[in-house]
Amino acid sequence: MQKFGKLTATACPIKQANLNTDQILPARYLKWTRAMGLGKVLFQDLRFDAEGKERPDFSINKSAWRGAKIVIGARNFGCGSSREAAVYALYDYGIRVVIAPSFGDIFSGNAVQNGLVTAIVTDEEAAEIMAALERTPELSLTIDLEQQSIVCGNQVYHFSIDPVRRTRLLNGWDDLALTKNYDDRIATFQTQDRARRPWAIPRPD
Amino acid sequence: MNQPQTLIDKLWAAHEVVCRDDGETLLWVDRHYVHEGSFHAFNRLAERGVKVAEPGLTFGVADHYVPTRGSRSNIAVPEIARMVRQVEENTAKHGVKLFGLEDPRQGIVHVVGPEQGLTVPGLLIVCGDSHTSTHGALGAYAFGIGASEVAHVLMTQTIWQKKPRRMRITVDGRAAPGITGKDIILAIIAHIGADGATGCAVEFAGSAIRALSIEGRLTLCNMSIEAGARCGMVAPDAKTFAYLKGRPYAPKASDFDRAVEEWSALASDCDAAFDREVTLDAASIAPIVTWGTSPEDALPIDANVPDPAREPDETRAKYLREALDYMGIAPGRKLTDIAVDRVFIGSCTNSRIEDLRAAAAVLSGRRSKVPGLVSAGSSLIKRQAEEEGLDRIFRDAGLEWGESGCSMCVGINGDLVAPGERCASTTNRNFRGRQGPGARTHLMSPAMVAAAAVAGHLADVRPLLVGRKG
Repeated sequence: MQKFGKLTATACPIKQANLNTDQILPARYLKWTRAMGLGKVLFQDLRFDAEGKERPDFSINKSAWRGAKIVIGARNFGCGSSREAAVYALYDYGIRVVIAPSFGDIFSGNAVQNGLVTAIVTDEEAAEIMAALERTPELSLTIDLEQQSIVCGNQVYHFSIDPVRRTRLLNGWDDLALTKNYDDRIATFQTQDRARRPWAIPRPD
Repeated sequence: MNQPQTLIDKLWAAHEVVCRDDGETLLWVDRHYVHEGSFHAFNRLAERGVKVAEPGLTFGVADHYVPTRGSRSNIAVPEIARMVRQVEENTAKHGVKLFGLEDPRQGIVHVVGPEQGLTVPGLLIVCGDSHTSTHGALGAYAFGIGASEVAHVLMTQTIWQKKPRRMRITVDGRAAPGITGKDIILAIIAHIGADGATGCAVEFAGSAIRALSIEGRLTLCNMSIEAGARCGMVAPDAKTFAYLKGRPYAPKASDFDRAVEEWSALASDCDAAFDREVTLDAASIAPIVTWGTSPEDALPIDANVPDPAREPDETRAKYLREALDYMGIAPGRKLTDIAVDRVFIGSCTNSRIEDLRAAAAVLSGRRSKVPGLVSAGSSLIKRQAEEEGLDRIFRDAGLEWGESGCSMCVGINGDLVAPGERCASTTNRNFRGRQGPGARTHLMSPAMVAAAAVAGHLADVRPLLVGRKG
């Protein structure tokens, strides 16, 4: 997993509240392996109409925001289905940071496993940053994970992120990297637990 | 004296393997359910050349992609056949028990787990599916995870978690006849919002929750994810134990008695503190339907959809306009004036025998004005329904009686709602395009779907239940 430190890039606002993972990656692409290019079908039904023509109104289709590496969304970004492929699609499109007032729990868990930063700001801050981007679409934001800061023009915003997730993203650690030191503890727990909760073992007829 | 504990505190403590200074905790996993979508994780094991750590605690089902119509032994669409074959191969390779297409116990993972007695109180259960929250209805700590976590659980039988906040939703009082677990959970989501429980373990409590059957509690916990909850749970009680007794994988004889003794302690202590409390009055809950594109867009059936012109908040007005536009509904329209094109009864939310009986009670001796599909939650439920003659009622009403699977809830097996079509559905998500590109979904209880079928438009089921066993 790639480490994340600091990034300066254009940022695309997406105003829909409750932007669920079905919108990020429609279910019909869940059969795809990552190698098939999930970035191509990111936001497929928001980006394209039924005939496959681009929808000019959808923000990431606008020239200044095409290829943005940062997305700024509304509350409850990434709610819904647990599909980690939604994170793959964002990442493989080139997105490295999503800023929003709140995130779906499973989505932000999946994000940290893949080096995607989920930065939390207040509703008002999100609205301010979106307004600044609408005034100056080509404006670049600077995200500093160490400092937990977003530089937007001459404004600096502080974002919050779970400290454990922050450490992992800064170091590029995934779950397995964390677990490998604890094999003995797991084995001991399992032995004791079998005696303590025998009913927890499934016993077929 | 020990600090009073909530149910989630007790379940958490029982599974703690390692607790780091930063709060990250490694938890033991008692059951891991996998399905066709788990291929990303199995591929990761293959890349590393490792085996599943605890195949005896891992169970597979074929549900997301399985056909509900046409041949199941010879699947017509090659890429769907490949998805089903993949889970067969991955589970066989690692010695994991699979409830596959040929198995009479096949069904939707969140229906099969409880039905087989694999899900019991006190367990920590994970699955790469957000509706894993369903299993909390039996007093388990159950939540959905992503592919990286699935791979981690397959390799280590453990998962890293941060302790969720504790939230109690108490529903007291007596629900009116015809009001189901589905109406209660939709009322809760409308009240607290689609992110109202984010980061929380939700315990459902109160006399109206205790009064629900296990089926009703499964529906309730199933949709706790639609309020953003990490998990939903109901403390196990005599109903839970009676439901589990004699199920194939549940403890037997004296083991069962010992288990019941321990499970009985799985309740929040009376003075335990929660981080957040919400209360609702069951008597005030009417049959609920959704009108928009998030489960929080839910209203009592006698209401009108919102009018963005009357909404003072500009952001909210824009949201309303876009949702109504997608749904093809005029602002301020009466819900009961909205005509439907099709109905669907099924999914991990509402496909259990009680759900099918409730829909059949409305449809018996009546005709559906629109086409529709009924898909039982498991092949065993399908057989039971046939023994009870429910399939005849659905067929006589003009509905299709399909095989069991996730089906039209997510549409990836090919059961799609056509673009622009409006579907009254017992499922869990009314997201844009959820049932197919351009599909319009209204969520409601099985009885309410049956009422919509009979009326041809969204309708209050209560008048249709007069003089019937609902």
